[in-house]
Amino acid sequence: MSVLIRGARVLDPAAGRDEIADLVFEDGRIVDVGGSAAAGAKQVIEAQGLWLAPGFVDLHTHLREPGQEYKEDIESGTRAAAAGGFTTICCMANTDPVNDTPAVTEHILRRAGQAGRVRVHAIAAATQGLRGEIMSEMVGLRDAGAVAFSDDGQPIMNAGVMRRVLEYSRGVDRPVVAHCEDLDLKADGVVHEGAHSTCCGLAGSPAEAETVMVARDIELARLTGGRLHVAHVSAARSVELIREAKDAGLRVTAEVTPHHLALTDEVIRGYDTNKKMAPPLRTSADREALVQGLADGTLDCIATDHAPHAVFEKDVEFTAAAYGVVGLETALPIALELVREERMSALDALERLTSGPARAFGLQAGTLEPGSPADLVLIDPERGWKPSPDSLASRSRNSAFLEREMVGGVVRTWVDGRLAFAFGEETPG
Amino acid sequence: MRHLLGIEDLSREQIERILTTADAMLEISQREIKRVPTLRGRTVINVFLESSTRTRVSFEIAAKRLSADAINVSSAGSSLAKAETLTDMALNLAAMNADLLVVRDRTAGVPQMLSERVGVPVVNAGDGCHEHPTQALLDAFTALQSLGSLEGRVVAIVGDIAHSRVARSDIYAFTKLGAEVRVAGPASMIPLEVEALGVKSCRTIEEAFAGADVIVMLRIQRERIEGALFPSLREYSQTFGLDSATLRLAHPGAIVLHPGPINRGVEISPEVADAEPSRILDQVTNGVAVRMAVLYLLTGGGS
Repeated sequence: MSVLIRGARVLDPAAGRDEIADLVFEDGRIVDVGGSAAAGAKQVIEAQGLWLAPGFVDLHTHLREPGQEYKEDIESGTRAAAAGGFTTICCMANTDPVNDTPAVTEHILRRAGQAGRVRVHAIAAATQGLRGEIMSEMVGLRDAGAVAFSDDGQPIMNAGVMRRVLEYSRGVDRPVVAHCEDLDLKADGVVHEGAHSTCCGLAGSPAEAETVMVARDIELARLTGGRLHVAHVSAARSVELIREAKDAGLRVTAEVTPHHLALTDEVIRGYDTNKKMAPPLRTSADREALVQGLADGTLDCIATDHAPHAVFEKDVEFTAAAYGVVGLETALPIALELVREERMSALDALERLTSGPARAFGLQAGTLEPGSPADLVLIDPERGWKPSPDSLASRSRNSAFLEREMVGGVVRTWVDGRLAFAFGEETPG
Repeated sequence: MRHLLGIEDLSREQIERILTTADAMLEISQREIKRVPTLRGRTVINVFLESSTRTRVSFEIAAKRLSADAINVSSAGSSLAKAETLTDMALNLAAMNADLLVVRDRTAGVPQMLSERVGVPVVNAGDGCHEHPTQALLDAFTALQSLGSLEGRVVAIVGDIAHSRVARSDIYAFTKLGAEVRVAGPASMIPLEVEALGVKSCRTIEEAFAGADVIVMLRIQRERIEGALFPSLREYSQTFGLDSATLRLAHPGAIVLHPGPINRGVEISPEVADAEPSRILDQVTNGVAVRMAVLYLLTGGGS
């Protein structure tokens, strides 16, 4: 059956398109954008005043399945993804058991095929057991479907191991995603080290805990020719280092989270554990550099680092609380804040959610090219809303943006032309 | 004022009100029968999840001198050993109709967290490296006894500022009362951007002590050597210890405070600890009065 979406502002960053146009999809594929195929459509969706874009791509999601389904599972996590406009997500390897064998990768992808509302790609562990010692079987993992390798959550502290991982991965043709945080410099730090950590008496982790590791991994990328993707960049100096590396022609890409784009470390003053994540929120100068880096393309994409945790893991002393926040359902309005602040165009902001991340990992996604899968998101750029614990589709509630005034929300999300989310309606599972 | 979580939240007027009330409480402790019926029938629970002798006893005596029922909970004997969360334990204590919780914990922010969840006043008796408000109040009270006013006076705080909740609370209290506060210690013990607290950071004890009216010596913890914050007690004592020679750098008539327990011969020499400028035992005496004032004001007294 063919479906016509009529009169939306179509934003297709991959094609540089930003215009009012009609889009037709049929049998799960995009048939035509801005052309004449509209005439025979069986179903018409009037979308005047709305934006239509490729479904978003998240390179950094923690789905928690297998093993930690009390936080999230593939069904609830992909439901949250669809609600946030994401049609392709890449799930991290720090599950239980760790995704460091083809069997686990295949299990995740099979479960995603059964229970997932959106496309799920697996990122496999870079080292066995995330221990940072012996590399994982990257060829087997790739053949099972892994799109990248990462020990995310556990920095690979041994530079020699990181060198070999980058070298070996080159032959496997998959990027290595680095969680850059020097654990000795971080020590027992739980927030950014600076005026606010000093005032509230929480142990701090300096920006240099990240930047020395970013510098190290860039040098190792230079040595090995491996593809390095820097996860959740938080510090201004990291952005400079990545810019230099790209200018030097190294194969380096990077992502930034919505919370690092929107918040600074002053919000820790209330000891709210929903502001605790790794790397920590940093200063307004860091935030400014992240926004600039995203705008000029030094940072390739927005990635959510969606990290669900149960209430009992967050409603405890700040130092004991789990690191991380959920993010799939709030990424779009945070990106739109940057558009409203005129830091970047709508097309660029959506590029960082679609073709930007797709290119970083080499995924076939994030485009409205006719013939592509009908992975689409229809956006109401004006809708005001406030995230609340009851409004989130994720199984967990640990959002850094609870009660923040948001503008912009998802109206509908399609994956392969099937409706995965419809605002205000129960979406069939 | 519903809770006492830190000095940072208090106005000068609120601090002065507590100190004025403490003045009245001081007299009670000097009577032969050291008890007034003010808080009779009230229940104060001292939740001490980090070891403490002086502060816990001081709060207990303060409650009892006001005729409140004081109950002590410590971590070893408490349900926390059974992995109950802190919040659950506090809710249970509050459900026994406690009128006030005094909370000491090794983690910054715990008193605030509990104050947001239980319906009774919470007094911070020291939370990690954050604040120790009653200590700062008794320090200010003791300094005022000797100096009359803190307006324009110079206060030097020496030691491991980064890990000291006393330093933070003292800085807020003394600056709000009009004093100039300086901090000194090995640079590895001075927190980043300490100026955000409104103080001047000094590299040497000489610079910190020049013209100082109040000297606060912090306890140095041997365990910090393993944390690579300083090399040895000997070198610390030589560079940042207080003895009669370094004391002469301060203003004549300067007083010496220490939150205790003191390491004689490390941060403070015995001859200074026991000599005329030392107000260390006055601090302990005044601590009871200040805590009586806090309990009284937070349980509705004087309102």
